Amino acid sequence: MATRPDLLDLYRMMVRIRRVEERLEALFRSGEAYGSLHLCIGQEATATGACAALRADDTITCTYRGHGAVLAKGVPVGAVLAELLGRETGCCRGRSGSMLLTDLSRGVIFSTGIVAAGIPIAVGAALSARLSGSDRVALTFFGDGAVNQGVFHEALNMAGLWKLPVILFCENNQYAEMTPTHEGTSIERLVDRGAAYRIPGVVVDGNDVEAVYDVTAAAVARARAGEGPTLIEATTYRLTGHMFGDTQPYRAKDEVESWKARDPLLVARSRLQERGVGADAVGRIEEEVEAEIDAALEAARAAPEPRAEEATQYVYA
Amino acid sequence: MSMPKAAVATEAGERVLTFAQAINEGLREEMVRDPRVVLLGEDIGSYGGVFTVTRGLFAEFGRNRVIDTPISEGGFVGAALGLAITGYRPVVELMFTDFVFVAGDQLFNHVGKARYISGGQRTVPLVVRTQQGSSGGKAAQHSQSLEALFCHIPGWKVVAPSTPGDAKGLLQAAIRDDNPVAFLEHKALYFTKGMVPAGETLLPLGKARIARPGEDVTVISYSKSMELALGAAEVLAAEGVQAEVIDLRTLKPLDLETLLASVRKTSRAVVVHEAHRVCGFGAELAALIQEAAFFDLEAPIQRVAAEDAPVPYSRNLERAVLPQVDDVVAAAHRVLERRP
Repeated sequence: MATRPDLLDLYRMMVRIRRVEERLEALFRSGEAYGSLHLCIGQEATATGACAALRADDTITCTYRGHGAVLAKGVPVGAVLAELLGRETGCCRGRSGSMLLTDLSRGVIFSTGIVAAGIPIAVGAALSARLSGSDRVALTFFGDGAVNQGVFHEALNMAGLWKLPVILFCENNQYAEMTPTHEGTSIERLVDRGAAYRIPGVVVDGNDVEAVYDVTAAAVARARAGEGPTLIEATTYRLTGHMFGDTQPYRAKDEVESWKARDPLLVARSRLQERGVGADAVGRIEEEVEAEIDAALEAARAAPEPRAEEATQYVYA
Repeated sequence: MSMPKAAVATEAGERVLTFAQAINEGLREEMVRDPRVVLLGEDIGSYGGVFTVTRGLFAEFGRNRVIDTPISEGGFVGAALGLAITGYRPVVELMFTDFVFVAGDQLFNHVGKARYISGGQRTVPLVVRTQQGSSGGKAAQHSQSLEALFCHIPGWKVVAPSTPGDAKGLLQAAIRDDNPVAFLEHKALYFTKGMVPAGETLLPLGKARIARPGEDVTVISYSKSMELALGAAEVLAAEGVQAEVIDLRTLKPLDLETLLASVRKTSRAVVVHEAHRVCGFGAELAALIQEAAFFDLEAPIQRVAAEDAPVPYSRNLERAVLPQVDDVVAAAHRVLERRP
C-alpha cells in the first residue's frame, strides 16, 4: 500500500476547502454568486483523506455538496470559483454552477444534483476500467440519505455481482437534507447495507483525515487487486445548514457545538502539534491559502461571462 | 445468424432480412469494427433478447462485450453513462420503452445533459435501443410510444426507423454518433421483411425519405405508422388523390427542409403517429410547418394519433384508441375539402 501523505499536506487541503467554502458563503451573502450552495464545512477530512488515496487517473463522482471533493481531486481553486461566479473560465464554462462540477482532466467525471445518481455512473467507470484492463479505480461520494434511493441498491448489486473496482464512499453527516438520518433509515450502521450485496463495509471517523486516508487506501488496494468493491461509511458532521439559507430548526445548538470540538481541522492541528510541527508552519499554510484564494477570486472576477450567443453550444457534440 | 432460406442477394449486395435480423447485423458489424462498442441489457446475452435482436452476439463476442444486466434499468443506464464518458460506446437495450420511466433520472437528468453541463468536456456516445408501440393486447404499460419525451429533453437525438434497411443504416450511424441517441424500434415491425444492404450501411441521421411521391397532400409519419400512411395513400390513389408520404426516419434532428418542400408543393399536410395526440410529436411538426409555411397551406394541418387514454387491452378498445388507416384517409379528406 502507498505511504500515507504528510499530514501537513492533508491539512493544507482541508484549510483550502474550508476557506473556499467560507468565501463562497460570503459571495452568496453579497449576491455575487447565486443559485444553490451546499457547503461541506465540517466534512473536509472525508474528501481530503479519500482523494489523497487516489491516483490522478482514478475517477470520482461527487454530490452537490462536492466542492471539497473536487478541490481534493486537484481541480484548481480558480476553476471552481470562476464556475460559481458563472464565468467562461469556470471548469464547466459557466454551464454547471455549484452542483454539477466536472473536470475530466482530473478524474472528476460527474457531480450530480440528484441524490445517489452518481453511484451507478461510478459503477460504469469501474466497469470501463475492468474492460480496458486498467487497474484504475472509481470512487463515488454520496451522503447518508443516498442509501435509501433505488439506484444505490441497483449499483451496489452490480458492483458486488461483478466485483468491480469501485469504492463506495458514504459521508454520513447525520442529516439527510433536513431530517436526522435515523428518522429515515431503518438501520444504525449504514455499511450494513453492503452485506446484502456481499460488499464488505468499514466505518471510520470521518473527521480524522489520516484514518479516512487509511481505510480508503486499503479499499483502493483491494479494488486494484481485483478483490472488488468496499463500502466506507465516514462518520462526520455538517457544521452548516443543508443549503445556503437553511435556518436549521431541526437541531440543537449544543449538538453543533459538540461537533465543533471535533472539527477535522482542529483534530489535524492538534495532531500536528503533538508531532512537533510548529505553529508558524501551520500559520503559514493559512496565509498561503488565503493568498491563493484571493488571487483566484480576483482572476475569476476579471474573467468574461460566457457569450449569450453561445448559450446552446455544447448541447450536441 | 442464419439468413432466411429464401434470401437472394441482389447485385448491390442486398438481401431480404427481417427488421430484427437487420438490427442484429448492424450491431454485429459495428462490434467487429470497433472494440469500444459494448451491449448492455436484460436477457440480451445467451437468451439473445426477448425480440431476438442480439441473438448469437453473446456467443461471438463474449460476456465482456454483451453484458447481461440485472433488472435494474436506472442502474445499468447509469453504468452505461459511466462507460460512455470513459471511452466506451455502449448500446443499451431497454426491453420495453415503458421502462424509460424507471431509468428516467439517468436518461433525462444525466445522459442528455452530460455534455452541456460539463461545458463540452464530456462526449456521450451512448445508444439506447428500445422498442415501443402496440403489437396487440400488451395494454397500458407495454404499448406506449414515448418519442416526444426524448425529443423534449435537450441533448438526445431520436431515431424511429420503419424498414429493415433503414434500421440497419440508421443504427450504424447512431452507434458512430458522439451523442446520446434514442433508437426507437417498434415491436410489431421486428418480423417484417425488407431489403437490407450487406456490410457497412450508413444512413445519415436527420435525413427524411420520400416513401411515395405525390402532388395533392403530404402525409408525414415514421416507424410503424408508416404502414398507416402508405395504406391510406393506396386508398386515396384509388380515389384519384396522389398523397406524398414522407418517412421522417429521424425525429431529432428533424429534416424540416424536406417536409417544407413537400408541403409547399401540396399545400396540405397530415401528420400520423401512434403516440398520444396531446403534446405528441405531431404537435411539434404542425407548429413547425405553420411557422414556416402558413401561407402555403390551403387547410389546417391534421393530426392522426392515439386518443388521450392509456392503451387498453380489449381488441375493440385498443383499435378505438390507436390510429387506423381509415383515420388517415378521413384526415386527408378533411384537408382536401377546400380543394378547388
